[in-house]
Amino acid sequence: MSAEKILGQFQATGVQTCFHGRHITPQIYADLNGTNWRLKDYEARGGYQALRKILGQDGGEGLTQDQVIATVKESSLRGRGGAGFPTGLKWSFMPRQFPGQKYLVCNSDEGEPGTCKDREIMQFNPHIVIEGMAIAAYAMGISVGYNYIHGEIFQTYERFEEALEEARAAGLLGNSILGSSFSFQLHASHGFGAYICGEETALLESLEGKKGQPRFKPPFPASFGLYGKPTTINNTETFAAVPWIIRNGGQAYLECGKPNNGGTKIFSVSGDVERPGNYEIPMGTSFAKLLELAGGVRGGRQLKAVIPGGSSAPVLPASIMMDCTMDYDSISKAGSMLGSGAVIVMDDTRCMVESLLRLSYFYMHESCGQCTPCREGTGWMWRVIERIKNGHGRPEDLNLLNSVADNIQGRTICALGDAAAMPVRAMIKHFRPEFDHLIEHKTPLVRATA
Amino acid sequence: MISEATKARFAREVAKFPADQKQSAVMACLSIVQQEFGHVSVESEKIVAAYLGMAPMAVHEVTTFYNMYNQASVGKYKINVCTNLPCQLRDGGKALAHLEGKLGVSMGETTPDGLFTLQQCECLGACADSPVLLVNDRTMCSFMSNDKLDQLIDGLKAVEAK
Repeated sequence: MSAEKILGQFQATGVQTCFHGRHITPQIYADLNGTNWRLKDYEARGGYQALRKILGQDGGEGLTQDQVIATVKESSLRGRGGAGFPTGLKWSFMPRQFPGQKYLVCNSDEGEPGTCKDREIMQFNPHIVIEGMAIAAYAMGISVGYNYIHGEIFQTYERFEEALEEARAAGLLGNSILGSSFSFQLHASHGFGAYICGEETALLESLEGKKGQPRFKPPFPASFGLYGKPTTINNTETFAAVPWIIRNGGQAYLECGKPNNGGTKIFSVSGDVERPGNYEIPMGTSFAKLLELAGGVRGGRQLKAVIPGGSSAPVLPASIMMDCTMDYDSISKAGSMLGSGAVIVMDDTRCMVESLLRLSYFYMHESCGQCTPCREGTGWMWRVIERIKNGHGRPEDLNLLNSVADNIQGRTICALGDAAAMPVRAMIKHFRPEFDHLIEHKTPLVRATA
Repeated sequence: MISEATKARFAREVAKFPADQKQSAVMACLSIVQQEFGHVSVESEKIVAAYLGMAPMAVHEVTTFYNMYNQASVGKYKINVCTNLPCQLRDGGKALAHLEGKLGVSMGETTPDGLFTLQQCECLGACADSPVLLVNDRTMCSFMSNDKLDQLIDGLKAVEAK
């Protein structure tokens, strides 16, 4: 057997994580089976009808740029990458009359711990992203786009490139798309291992062939983006939501979810559940229901805590989480963030000091080093948490940790500083007895089983 | 030196970007170099720099900033195991420890026969597939129980013994 064949035995199939039939009214993941990712399969599912509709190539009138943006605004679609910014509003910031090149960028640098939804979208339904980007490009008068894909998912990058070739050959990308006057060139690009490049301005730097260090904002990418030109950046899942909205209308999308939180959302459930995977469900579905879809807490144990929106989101104890619904507003009201929709579940055997230790190592490792509070503070926090974990904590350490976190948060160019600080503060706030016990008795209150 | 075939791969990447923005292809060119030579040497950086019209130091900044570029030679199979929190909760750390035992090296090290380099890494973006690892930057292996880890290592060793 060749090395390729041996490695091929361990490739993800998506069977457990995506094709489990436990989505609720899915739009992006609907009717996928792992093999039907090609153009002809996508078209059989109604793919590229939305693009044909706006271009007036389906026998209708076509939609103007303003109509497309108005439809997206009406849908209440909010950015699926983490910030939850209203997509239609973002599109309206693009200076459409700018007399020069403008760019569209898809942020597929999916590296927020817990998040694995965009990989399965691009692996199993790549054309939905291409169609979404083409619609966005049309609405904003953009002729060139890039999809920047997480370097670690190289096979998915190659899959996406293959889908691009199919779309070009079918006249769905390139010059005079479907015989219209609209042209859009779309290319794929990849990272090579840098969490920070998920930050949109770091991504732009990386796309320009530089180290990925974030830029000051303002100016925002809408006025000074890729190569200094007006640029709109959206997450993969955001673009993937657009074709359905154009086909079915903004109001219909909004009604899938709840007010101000339109549509379905893909949640990546990881950690202590029976069935980790991606679950596409309507916004506003209860957390209890999502947990049930994921098979409940592993081994029938008790739920202890949940990080509801990727590792940068503040942790919430089970008692608070079980009262939440899965949408931006509910999770925000509970004191955390919906973020990228990555739900990290922890059961009652987990030592929270150990969990926080691993997270703090990550932020230290991935700090780009540009801003002193983050560069120095992330390492400082890790060292303090490590000594607590190892039984060498000092009585003043928790105040010290909160103080360092306070001096990072809000004092850096990008949100990585906040992302490093928030988990520390939330863990201490909600699980202080575990930290106190380790400092006082040198042994964990909860024996970790991992 | 870089072969014509490699240069053709470079050209395909450069063609994605505006004519005056060839530097944008540096990430891809360096990953191609790494795939073909196993790591990115300072000599390779100079060749890429000349090809893209960049200062060698600007290329070096890229090599040193991104985690996946190997700045020195590694084993024939570089294995990166994710141990970030979602994976830690689902045996990512145990998979790393199992491989340390199986290969007889600690993370960060290469086996004496030069076949395997074992590393811990940060989020691969496949959290529901844990334990998950990446082989030579481009091939991800999912749900790697201890049995499967043994199959992987034994299988690769058998290929190399031929």
